[in-house]
Amino acid sequence: MVIVAEAKQVVAPGEMVAEGDHLTGDNVYRVGNQIFSACVGLVEVDGNRVFVVPLKGGYIPMVGDMVAGRIVDVGLSGWSVDILAPYPAMLPASEVPGPRGARRRDLSTTFDVGDMVLAEVLAFDRTRDPLLTIKGPGLGKVSTGRVVEISAAKIPRLIGRKGSMIGMLKRETGCQITVGRNGVALVWGKNPESERLAVEAIYMVEREAHSRGLTDRVREMIVKTDAVGELARV
Amino acid sequence: MRIDGRRLDQLRPIKLEVGVLDKADGSAYVEQGKNKILVAVYGPREAHPKHIALPERAVLRCRYHMAPFSVEERKSPAPSRREMELSKVIRESLEPVVLTDLYPRTTIDLFVEVLQSDGGSRCAGITGASLALADAGIPMTELVAACAVGKVQGRLALDLSDAEDKHGEADLPVAFVPNANLVTLLQMDGLLTTAEFEKGLQMAVEACKTIHTMQREALKKKYHEIKEVVEEKEESEVVA
Repeated sequence: MVIVAEAKQVVAPGEMVAEGDHLTGDNVYRVGNQIFSACVGLVEVDGNRVFVVPLKGGYIPMVGDMVAGRIVDVGLSGWSVDILAPYPAMLPASEVPGPRGARRRDLSTTFDVGDMVLAEVLAFDRTRDPLLTIKGPGLGKVSTGRVVEISAAKIPRLIGRKGSMIGMLKRETGCQITVGRNGVALVWGKNPESERLAVEAIYMVEREAHSRGLTDRVREMIVKTDAVGELARV
Repeated sequence: MRIDGRRLDQLRPIKLEVGVLDKADGSAYVEQGKNKILVAVYGPREAHPKHIALPERAVLRCRYHMAPFSVEERKSPAPSRREMELSKVIRESLEPVVLTDLYPRTTIDLFVEVLQSDGGSRCAGITGASLALADAGIPMTELVAACAVGKVQGRLALDLSDAEDKHGEADLPVAFVPNANLVTLLQMDGLLTTAEFEKGLQMAVEACKTIHTMQREALKKKYHEIKEVVEEKEESEVVA
């Protein structure tokens, strides 16, 4: 059992990451006794499992994911939602709490084209397009705040280990931040300045996701910009 | 010595760059001799028109196109017979490495745009296309490298330039996947003896291995640069 690549090392597709009887996780494949990377990413080892965290890539839905999407069409029994995935998502009217019947006949009174919704993926597999629900705490229409779109591959980094990065961002900027798994972050601040700072910090995480000591560096950037610390306190 | 001063087994100077287009999901820029090629990748994305989608895997689509100004005499921008053939062979040389079965019912679109043409553009196109696919974060088993070998004035020569290709006796483009030891493109026009063919293939495969190393470097360079800049800044601040 040998890990050929260093942990957190950047690897290219086809590069050998380990040799021996490790378990293979995401984005790696085995040929005989050797394990290779299947994408550009960082090598990670978790116990006996080797995997590669991709540095780029689009969003592929998973059941239970929280996602933020935009309504693109209003139908008779539900809405089509763009969740920045290669598959069109449906939000059926039955998954939206509220009165049924006559008041519900025109669905565009509830959500109209262009509205932003925070939803959860209810069902998805390789044969079926994703189905969304907004039954759940905090889900539903989003009408205030800022929308920040980043690569879905960077979302785990934005959240950080046990939420360390996102927790720090919320604390230091004083903003409420909700992160959709599909690469859309929603930011609500007490004033435009703190929102702008949070947005800038999120972009910084996206840009430098693969470097060491990122949480501290982002905190430093925020503290430096907000020298008096008034944003977090307002 | 050849007309551009190279040895028979010498590649033209190659420059590879990754992530040159912001809007595309992945992109690459390739210079090989006087070739200048831009590759953009979009996807995996929803398949349009819907009927082209496959239930079990993603569809890889490729468009090889030469800009009207890429050659001395204006090239009509309409897709020619040659461009359609090259689109097909580029696609087929990449399909074996892309893990398309991870994204059923979608398409991955590949645009290979030749800005300046100098012979061997299909090979440079493949080299760039596999970089752009990797840059888009699309899972693939390995990068594909490609290079041609030809016969000029009775002798085998690596990586023909436009002039050598036009006045030479044969051209043998090869795409190669080093890890799997797999040839994914093999075309030939002109005439070679069996011995020449075998020698030529060997030369092309060796050249592909060289290009492959450059591809990996180019791909990782983008991330190493950001990393170095920010981490060095950090260290210098600590010292100060």
